[in-house]
Amino acid sequence: MSNDSQPATVVADPGTTRSFGGMTARSTEELNTARIECRNLDFFYGDNRALKSVNLRFPERQVTGMIGPSGCGKSTLLRVLNRMFSLYPGQRATGEVLMDGENIISDKVDLNFLRARIGMVFQKPTPFPMTIYENVAFGIKLHEKLSKRDMDERVEWSLRRAAIWDEAKDRLHTNAMGLSGGQQQRLCIARTIAVKPEVILFDEPTSALDPISTLKIEELIDELKRDFTIVIVTHNMQQAARCADQVAFFFLGEMIEVAPAADLFTRPKHPKTQEYITGRFS
Amino acid sequence: MSEHIVKAYQEELRMLRDLIARMGGMVENQLSQATNAMVRRDVGLASRVVEADPQVDALDRDIAHHVVKLLALRQPVASDLRLIVAAMRIASDLERVGDYAANVAKRSIVLAQMPPQVSMGPLERMSRMVQEMLKDTLDAFATDDAAKAMEVWRRDEPVDEMYSALFRTLLTYMMEDPRNITPCTHLLFIAKNLERIGDHATNIAEIIHFAVVGEEPSGMRPKGDTSALASADMGETGRAP
Repeated sequence: MSNDSQPATVVADPGTTRSFGGMTARSTEELNTARIECRNLDFFYGDNRALKSVNLRFPERQVTGMIGPSGCGKSTLLRVLNRMFSLYPGQRATGEVLMDGENIISDKVDLNFLRARIGMVFQKPTPFPMTIYENVAFGIKLHEKLSKRDMDERVEWSLRRAAIWDEAKDRLHTNAMGLSGGQQQRLCIARTIAVKPEVILFDEPTSALDPISTLKIEELIDELKRDFTIVIVTHNMQQAARCADQVAFFFLGEMIEVAPAADLFTRPKHPKTQEYITGRFS
Repeated sequence: MSEHIVKAYQEELRMLRDLIARMGGMVENQLSQATNAMVRRDVGLASRVVEADPQVDALDRDIAHHVVKLLALRQPVASDLRLIVAAMRIASDLERVGDYAANVAKRSIVLAQMPPQVSMGPLERMSRMVQEMLKDTLDAFATDDAAKAMEVWRRDEPVDEMYSALFRTLLTYMMEDPRNITPCTHLLFIAKNLERIGDHATNIAEIIHFAVVGEEPSGMRPKGDTSALASADMGETGRAP
């Protein structure tokens, strides 16, 4: 099923649609123009076809949630988006993933450049065993040469945007491993946004966190979508309902249905979606 | 649809449907008894209807509690969510119907004290019509039958038309003899109550359509009540141009 028919209206100022944690934005069917678009995307682990002709648009500066049972292909798709799979022999993608008219799964696109444009946050917080400051500066140094002052500014900006500045500002030069799980995850988000990507991929970002830390991350995602296009894979359906502007349901490697979150969770069109989200899956 | 993986949840949803069915049955019974009491001038029966109304209200509160619990504990989505929201709305419609039935009973008690003036035939027929509507909407709810609900939805127009006709008839009685004014006013209110019950049945039909299909029914709600445009000067009732 494709989402070709969706209106491609651009919300002039994402700030004006925000109220009550982005509920206004999510309660309308308005989706922005696509930042990334998958066309007839197939993915293979050896002979196993893990994604089957996926067509999906990721609207700019909005959150796309991907849900589905284990093994449905949602995490695979996330890994395709920043070509994580290219590390592993025997894994290949065919079809197109278009960003600015370029097929980013092709070898012609420089991998380091791609990773700087499309950042990723993982399930478990993965801070490096170094100071909080160095954790954020590390990625920047790979891509940019900044003066000490500019670097300080960028680190502060990143930590502020990731809503961890107040907790970290007095211990910037202490080891990041001393932070709590929720703080570590926000630090990882700071590290991801430090290189100023355009797209952020979240792979189950809160499954290892307590409910309050989870809400902080969700609030942060809502905040980040002013500047970034966000894709989030989650097993927590309520989380998809809370965070996402559009939600895509995957099953056995196929994208079954995609719709604005408010529609998908109140009147899903496909019976499989209905069964899955209401908990009637056999 | 297949069963829910969590059996307790499935059980709670079934219980919600049962509560609605029970409340619906109770309200149908109230209306039918109130009508009988009116036709037979049976004060005892009418009093029993009035006394039973708090039971309907209590059931409405039970359903509201059950709904709030389900929303809080199960975070329902899609068809489950629509069913649960629909149940709460249907319960409040039924509660209103119960009130109207009790009001018919109360007025029957007053009417029984007066000499019989007017034939109860048309009111009885009107009551049977809305009872049928009520019964069929509740059947449609029990079987998730949106088509049946819409069939009831279209049956509200004849009820409205009947009300308009009764309105004019009662007006003529009142003009004929001022002694008719008190009983006819009660009868007029009874007719209005029955007409309102038809509206609530129509409401419930719309709610069922939403619960089953996920959308409100399209098109204008049928309207046949023209009494709001009537004047005491007979013959000038009619639809606005």
